[in-house]
Amino acid sequence: MIFKVIAKQELAKLFEALLANRVVGPVRKGSDKNGTPIYSFEVVYDFTQLQLDYTSTQYPAKRFFLPYTETLCTFEIAGDSWEKKVDFNIYQPQVLFGLHACDINALNKLDKVLLESAYPTPYYASKRKNMFIVGIDCEPQPYCFCRSMGTDTALHGFDMFLTDLGKKYFVEIQSAAAYNYLKHMQTSDPTEEDHLRYMAVEEARHEKFMAQVDTTDLTKILDMEFQSEVWKHWGDKCLSCGTCASVCPTCYCYGVAETVDLDLKHAAKMKHLHSCNLIDFAEVAGGHNFRPDSHTRLKYRYYHKHRGFVEAFEESLCVGCGRCGEACLANITVPEVIASVRHEEI
Amino acid sequence: MSAELSYMGVDLTRPRVAFFELSSCEGCQLQLLNKEASLLDFFNLLQVVQFREAMSEKDDTYDVAFVEGSVTRADEEERLKIIRKRAKILIAFGSCACFGGVNQLKNRFADQDWVKREVYGDFAIDTQPVRPLADIVEVDVNIYGCPVKKEEVERIVTDLVVGKTILYPKYPVCMDCKANENICLFDLGEPCLGPVTRAGCDAWCPNNRMGCWGCRGPAEAANVEQLKNIMAEHGFSSETLLDRLECFGGFSAFVDGLRQPQQDTGKQGSGI
Ligand code: SF4
Ligand code: SF4
Ligand code: SF4
Ligand code: SF4
Ligand code: SF4
Repeated sequence: MIFKVIAKQELAKLFEALLANRVVGPVRKGSDKNGTPIYSFEVVYDFTQLQLDYTSTQYPAKRFFLPYTETLCTFEIAGDSWEKKVDFNIYQPQVLFGLHACDINALNKLDKVLLESAYPTPYYASKRKNMFIVGIDCEPQPYCFCRSMGTDTALHGFDMFLTDLGKKYFVEIQSAAAYNYLKHMQTSDPTEEDHLRYMAVEEARHEKFMAQVDTTDLTKILDMEFQSEVWKHWGDKCLSCGTCASVCPTCYCYGVAETVDLDLKHAAKMKHLHSCNLIDFAEVAGGHNFRPDSHTRLKYRYYHKHRGFVEAFEESLCVGCGRCGEACLANITVPEVIASVRHEEI
Repeated sequence: MSAELSYMGVDLTRPRVAFFELSSCEGCQLQLLNKEASLLDFFNLLQVVQFREAMSEKDDTYDVAFVEGSVTRADEEERLKIIRKRAKILIAFGSCACFGGVNQLKNRFADQDWVKREVYGDFAIDTQPVRPLADIVEVDVNIYGCPVKKEEVERIVTDLVVGKTILYPKYPVCMDCKANENICLFDLGEPCLGPVTRAGCDAWCPNNRMGCWGCRGPAEAANVEQLKNIMAEHGFSSETLLDRLECFGGFSAFVDGLRQPQQDTGKQGSGI
């Protein structure tokens, strides 16, 4: 790891240099009814559009590497034969400029399934391998519990990571590509004072976490509490709407549908992201549904994230970003659900 | 129209199709004529034998009947039964046909004579409470929406012609709304029936910053009870919720349980 410091205004130069690619970053999309800003990841053309001090975005940057809807292939039909065309839908390298640690860790978790497994997903790999990530430190929000999930710092999975030291950024450089981009900015080596400032900033940040999840023995507790009444309680509230998975940076489930064009000469295979909370999710051919009850679907979302994935990869499939709880109209949040399973006071 | 129709080298027959309207605004039929870019391909799949909005000839031999509108007169009931006898596949076309639609709002009034006087004045027409098609005949396919979404009609018709199973989303509008990364209407201080309404419209209204009114009827795991709590928590009255739930008739089964006993407003629980 190489460390540098830059004066804040230098960052615009890095942005300009990266603009040859498609740059995606946090922008202000609007405000809610109380005037609170709503941020989202969008394609950015101008450095001044970037809101690097954003709280968090309602949606992750997922649509840029795992789109909600993606054409997997198209068919051109001629007589009784057809020609299949596969397109991985990546035309330009992408820069994710300003990802928080949780979202970088989310990508690292997706990599385990979609990139490093026995059957990598080329549609994801093509985008992931053509990606440059500039991370940035964040201000913990009341709903953030990444610290409980061990995802409040990103150890890898980025090219460059910025920490706001006031007038300067502390810069971690992790890739050769990032190192090459340094020449576009005026950088200096951090002094002992910068180190101390960095540690103070990090410590102040750690003090700010409010939400938490106790993950001690959680896989075992989930096994023990499989029949717990609390699942019914949350299931009764759940709308089976799939919002939690849609806003989750690590949910990757999908359905595939084949569509025939009206002219009967073209067809396509379409992928749509799905959610295990949807009633359609566990339905199989013939109409049988393995999880007809709302509480069993909700339960499996938690079992996949906090039990199954942990057993397979020794880490949870939740980065504690809190988006699902914020977006859930029924106010179902991960800290409350896990606490209730542990019979803890909330 | 090209002479032969085939898919993957297999010859297909164009189904003989007729369009009918009962009590409705004919807006769903109008949707069919709307998307000009694909209009020729759409009608190339079909042999249209009756379509009052687009042609003057009429032929009573057909395989597929698209029936728009709800039933509110005795003669409509008779017509529908005849259509059912003639058609192999009867499609309830649009929310009026599927649930009664906006028309069924009149069922909310206890005093039907008053409704008739208000609507028809001195030229009273003999009408009954509004009913969806399925109350009278067997319906094979529902195409939901007020109006229907042309893209969905195109998909269903294509699947019908090539013999694919017709599938609908069972999940609610929120799923499509989120896929479009909309700001939730509740965050903006507006009510929305998206969490309980069947998807398939690509979140048409929320995409335009308007809350869903539930025109496509209930999603298959609709948790209306919980939506009631959510609406209350966001400061919307139960009347606001009921106005939306009752608008198109799809939620009639849920409404009766939600409506508080009313005093002399002339309203009653939805009749269908
Ligand atoms: S937990 Fe919340 S967001 Fe997720 S499906 Fe249930 S109601 Fe929707
Ligand atoms: S489950 Fe919720 S808190 Fe965890 S990563 Fe997904 S959206 Fe974030
Ligand atoms: S099973 Fe559910 S929780 Fe797990 S990735 Fe899929 S949608 Fe997300
Ligand atoms: S705007 Fe409506 S449809 Fe969209 S997420 Fe919110 S409640 Fe669901
Ligand atoms: S959003 Fe709701 S009211 Fe609007 S078209 Fe879709 S189902 Fe109908």
